[in-house]
Amino acid sequence: MKDKDSHWTRVLSLFLFVFVSLFLGMQTCLAQEAEQAEALQDSLAQPPAPPTNVVAKDAPNDNGHALLVIWTLSADDGAGQNNVVSYQILRSDSPDGEFEVRGLVPAGENTYKDKGAKEKEDANYLPPHKDFYYKVRVRSDGIFSDSEVSLPAHAYGQWYHTGKTAVLLAVLIFSTFALVFITVARKGKKLYIRPLAGIEAVDEAIGRATEMGKPILYILGLGSADMIATIASFTILSRVAKKTAEYQTPILIPCCDPIVMAVAQETVRAAYLEAGRPDDYKQENIYYLTSMQFAYVAGVNGIMIREKPATNFYLGKFYAESLLLAETGSLAGSIQISGTDEIAQIPFFVAATDYTLIGEELYAASAYLGREPVLLGTLKGQDWAKALVMIFLILGALAATFHFQFFLNLFKVQL
Amino acid sequence: MRRTLPIAVVTGMGLFMLVQYFIPLEEFETLYEWVLDWTMVIGCFAMLLGLYSLTTMMVTKVKRKAPGWGYSLVALAGLFFMVFVGVVPHYQDSLKYGTLFMDLFEYIYIPIQAAMFSLLAFYIASAAYRAFRARTILATILLLSAIIIMLRLVPLGPLSGINQWLVNFILTVPNMAAKRAFWLGVGLGATATALKIMLGIERGYMGRD
Repeated sequence: MKDKDSHWTRVLSLFLFVFVSLFLGMQTCLAQEAEQAEALQDSLAQPPAPPTNVVAKDAPNDNGHALLVIWTLSADDGAGQNNVVSYQILRSDSPDGEFEVRGLVPAGENTYKDKGAKEKEDANYLPPHKDFYYKVRVRSDGIFSDSEVSLPAHAYGQWYHTGKTAVLLAVLIFSTFALVFITVARKGKKLYIRPLAGIEAVDEAIGRATEMGKPILYILGLGSADMIATIASFTILSRVAKKTAEYQTPILIPCCDPIVMAVAQETVRAAYLEAGRPDDYKQENIYYLTSMQFAYVAGVNGIMIREKPATNFYLGKFYAESLLLAETGSLAGSIQISGTDEIAQIPFFVAATDYTLIGEELYAASAYLGREPVLLGTLKGQDWAKALVMIFLILGALAATFHFQFFLNLFKVQL
Repeated sequence: MRRTLPIAVVTGMGLFMLVQYFIPLEEFETLYEWVLDWTMVIGCFAMLLGLYSLTTMMVTKVKRKAPGWGYSLVALAGLFFMVFVGVVPHYQDSLKYGTLFMDLFEYIYIPIQAAMFSLLAFYIASAAYRAFRARTILATILLLSAIIIMLRLVPLGPLSGINQWLVNFILTVPNMAAKRAFWLGVGLGATATALKIMLGIERGYMGRD
């Protein structure tokens, strides 16, 4: 009986010991957790350290309506309490005045471009040559601290965009090449240029139309008069029109832009005058059709089917209508010469026309047709510039392979 | 004077456009925008010139009863009817949906335009037939490349991976190289043309050499 009591006493003691231990352990854990939570709460409640060294200065390469604000990150941004959420940029026109919020950047960033409008009536107008003061507010969860106010800074426009130096150098080098070769050509040196099949075929195409007694259709494309492809097309038109005047072959030019029409009329009129046949010039053959793309296609295709021109020229800016025009011309049995600087349309022209001037050949065509030494000089200059570009491409590839960053940075352009 | 003045204007404007690209000053920006505004104004007035040209040509055709004069009559009727319904009844809100002007545009003009555009599919097929005839080595390479590219959207089972790799290779290596060469050539050619015009060497666009 006594042994049995003693056994139960031991079991009870053991149970009490385990229970008390567990209870005490749990209490300790809870206390520790509470302590940690309190510490975290304390840290969150404390505002992050303010940013320092706030500097405001004029934003470079602009029109004078922007300021750049730079600061040193808060000590609690990515370190310390690590509780920075964002930075707010505040601006005032006096150090003691009221600061207005100009922008917000996330933690980790230390620059902000305060870009204002240039129109005086705009609410966001930032006047040039007026001093502004900045401070940066570092924000945590509902609490913040402000930096010192910066020294005054004012915006002003620049006379030169330093980010475009590479472009300027390229223009200067290329112009030098062109001018040198123009001078060489003017001195009478013969310059060789490779023959272009499309250009060689112009005389043949006009001759064919004359023999057949049918008109020539000249399409200047859908571009406006300020596009370089359209301008190149005008120069070719001038020479084609001179030939048609000499051969007394009518030339039809339906246009999709009224300004292009006006320029084309003047170009053809002058070409007929130069050829000594001003009476043969017919203004009604150069007319405006429509500015709408597919309506224009319908109109021109109608002309092709009705008039059956012997030769079609498609020179200028073309888009989705290129194949619709060229294929109809092909079905109508015309000899066709095309040229554009639109890369997506080149395959269509190659497939559907007899001769195609690809990209730069369109620009070069007038020089080929005229064979004037001065114009050929620019072509030669262009070839040398291309050679230089090729050398730079090889050097660039090597520099990129061997991580020669300085060389690569020389070609960076900031717009 | 008739030759010198236009060249002087072109050279001056060309130089201004070149210089303003490198000068971010507000005054230059304003002047540039002003020039662009003028281009738009001239464009608007030129539209009247175009309208006059079109009307004169069509009326002449109808008067002379030239072949196909009926089409000219339809074009003239369409032109003036659209101007009438666009300007007269709702001159302020004719571009809103539900007006007769917009209905004619939406339900007549756009379907006709779509029909014209849809012809392109058939023309592409006939042009592709001519371009892809494997008569030379280059045409055969073109044909094979086209087949590989076209097959990229077709499920090919285990061959899909290889085909995708080939497509990526063709598009990013030889195709991209050719495109960049094209763009470089076009860029240099455009600069050369601009230079020729600015220096007064190229005068064909003015109608005289």
